[in-house]
Amino acid sequence: MEALTNRVKEVSRKPMSFSERLYIPNILKGMAITFSHMFKKQPTIRYPEQKREFSPVFRGLHVLNRDEEGRERCTACGLCAVACPAEAITMEAAERLPSEEHLYREEKYAAKYEINMLRCIFCGLCEEACPKDAIYLSETFAPANFTRKGFIYGKDELVIPNQLTDPAGFAAARGAARNN
Amino acid sequence: MTLLAFDWLLIIEKLVLIAIIVFASLGIALYTTFAERKVAAILQDRPGPERAGPFGLFQPFADGLKLIMKEEIIPSSANRTLFILGPGLAMTAALMTCAVIPWGGTVSLFGREISLQIADINIGILYVFGVVSVGIYGMMIGGWASNNKFSLMAALRGASQAISYELAMSIALIALLMTTGSLSLRTIVEQQMAPGHLWNIAYQPLGFILFFICAMAECNRTPFDLPEAENELNFGYHQEYSSMKLGFYLFSEYVNMIMSSAVMASLYFGGYDIPFFNESVLPQNIAALVGVGALLIKIVIFIFVFMWIRWTIPRFRYDQLMNLGWKSLIPLALVNMLITGAFILARM
Repeated sequence: MEALTNRVKEVSRKPMSFSERLYIPNILKGMAITFSHMFKKQPTIRYPEQKREFSPVFRGLHVLNRDEEGRERCTACGLCAVACPAEAITMEAAERLPSEEHLYREEKYAAKYEINMLRCIFCGLCEEACPKDAIYLSETFAPANFTRKGFIYGKDELVIPNQLTDPAGFAAARGAARNN
Repeated sequence: MTLLAFDWLLIIEKLVLIAIIVFASLGIALYTTFAERKVAAILQDRPGPERAGPFGLFQPFADGLKLIMKEEIIPSSANRTLFILGPGLAMTAALMTCAVIPWGGTVSLFGREISLQIADINIGILYVFGVVSVGIYGMMIGGWASNNKFSLMAALRGASQAISYELAMSIALIALLMTTGSLSLRTIVEQQMAPGHLWNIAYQPLGFILFFICAMAECNRTPFDLPEAENELNFGYHQEYSSMKLGFYLFSEYVNMIMSSAVMASLYFGGYDIPFFNESVLPQNIAALVGVGALLIKIVIFIFVFMWIRWTIPRFRYDQLMNLGWKSLIPLALVNMLITGAFILARM
């Protein structure tokens, strides 16, 4: 029979030779291998002190962006919700009042914006769909929670801290890759 | 009053010696558990425990504390007396071996010559074998008293393994005893220390390899850890045990390892002899202490080899184990005995 791939390995069923039956030569060979591992570099990352760097294309928790004046960019157009394959995003729109011009960039804004992090598959399609550059995926992931409800993130968790009033929180939420 | 007219100081001296040796063995065993994890980690490119204290040195205390704090469970269907007796027996037997091992030469303290050996009995090595056999009862009783099929099976395996390998071990030992002509461990060590006499490993290389393999089987170390085979027997004979009773079983394994290393070092590697060095040029007390150090270094090397083997090769199958014991080791040991006999005869 012809082999389907070139990786086929013949299995030998012949009885063990004398040196194999002694076990000792092969055991010594194995011991030499394990001994050589004593001098190998450990790939360990000591977690709480050291952290593995994320890849530049890592997609973590969502962040709702602000513009240069600290106003929310989102206009509640719903394109992200439409694009979402996991149907994790829900939102409610509201009209901006004249007194709220310093809070929202355009006349319409998201009064409620929720992402269910248990449904989300972190594909990043919302980020691509957004015409206002309002949503993007950061470098953090959702911490553990005791309830399912805790994984439905509202605006208070999603909107990035205002860079004018809270620059430290803004930089932290923005992530190292974007800060550089 | 004549009954009490014996050397009271001797009793005190021996008690102090017993206390020191038992606590030292327990301390070394404590750190052997740590070394086991560290060696395993290093051989597998991991750092191992390193959080508790500097370099993780307090890890064994954390482990011990954990075992003590755990709930003590005795299964309702278990035989209570035997269930409690099992781990105690295992631990006692493991520690009793240290009585006949010569840990060093003699020191002179307060005008007394103190031999660094608890009891220099003339059948020392026979005593070791007897005590080791009692240790198997610890395993057997624990497995039986648990009233659990896995435990019982593991205990049966352990007992049959120990009996099979004890045979090859004793035959390998007989060849050595034919050359030494003595069963006392101190005499055997002193013979090796004598000028012009090499260590027994030079005269009995095959015997040593056989003895080493059998000692590994006696200690239930991988590749002979069938009684504990986690993936076949859950956890083996101590499956139903918890808290410090489990700790005793696990601990006795490490004490056994130390004791068998000490016996092997004494029998084949000159005990407290320092290689290529004449101890008689040193003052007596210093020579004795250096000798203790030499023996400890030999023990540490043996323990490392035990661990190294454990983290290299997988466990034998039960039939392979029996094949190796009965069909390879015992014939080899017999051949070794014959060759030794022939040599002795030729030299006469």
